[in-house]
Amino acid sequence: MSEAPETLNIALNGEATDIGALLAAIPYAQYLGMAVGRHGSELTFHLRHQEHLIGNPRLPALHGGVIGAFLEMSAILGLIWDAPLERLPKPVDVSIDFLRSAKPIDTFARAIITKRGRRVANVRAEAWQDDRERPIATLHGHFLVKPLAGAA
Amino acid sequence: MDETDTERAGGKPDIAALMMTSPFAKALGMTLERIEKSKATLSIPYQDKLVGNPLTRVVHGGVVTALLDHASGFAVISALDRIDSIATLDLRIDYMRAAEPDRTIFADAHCFKLTTSIAFVRGTAYHDAPDDPIATAVGTFMLSSDAGRKAGANRK
Repeated sequence: MSEAPETLNIALNGEATDIGALLAAIPYAQYLGMAVGRHGSELTFHLRHQEHLIGNPRLPALHGGVIGAFLEMSAILGLIWDAPLERLPKPVDVSIDFLRSAKPIDTFARAIITKRGRRVANVRAEAWQDDRERPIATLHGHFLVKPLAGAA
Repeated sequence: MDETDTERAGGKPDIAALMMTSPFAKALGMTLERIEKSKATLSIPYQDKLVGNPLTRVVHGGVVTALLDHASGFAVISALDRIDSIATLDLRIDYMRAAEPDRTIFADAHCFKLTTSIAFVRGTAYHDAPDDPIATAVGTFMLSSDAGRKAGANRK
């Protein structure tokens, strides 16, 4: 973790925001097994399935806390991708709706910045598995943001 | 959670044993501190893998979410007079302050209302005392969420 802070600073404040490098610098994102894909200007986050992410071994289903963390991380990274920031956004509140049981397979997410204020941003994020039209969970949250000095 | 074995034995659910069947709770190192009717306290020790911001070494908000979600689930299970499966419907977390590096996080949860199909829960995460909260949670849980679904249903 010793080199992570520097990587994080470069990823956050560098000329081009590197979400992949940012993910690599965040231990909990690594532990969950998060990756990111870029399609034009849109980012899709990817949660690789791993057995330790199971919350209910009977069905089995992913833990609600895994889905919550994945959505929260997607919202935070979506905010950084949207505009450069001085530091990582801090969650003020998040509200998560669990819509379907999360199967033991890969999960995907996208974040939508509903409103970016000077200090607080309002973000939505949606997670799905095999069908994007059938989301498994949605998040709505507020995050404290500090825009990078000099950035538009 | 897997209630099948307890069900078969026809006994009261062994909450601590139930908890150990959740791989994610186990992987995060969650410990059951206290349990009584409708109330549960869980803890999670500080670990480098849980860090959300390497500059400050503060654990990720999602760790607190998982802890409050799990504690809430235990509060619901302990409130029920029967063996049942539950699923989180929605969970709202308010983050009051950052968790401190190197310190254990505790979460108290209280299931304050049960209806036929829904349980309502409140929870607080803290280091020293619940009156200095790191985060608070409000959640609703669906009861009998596995009804009609066989073990392994999600593998299909």
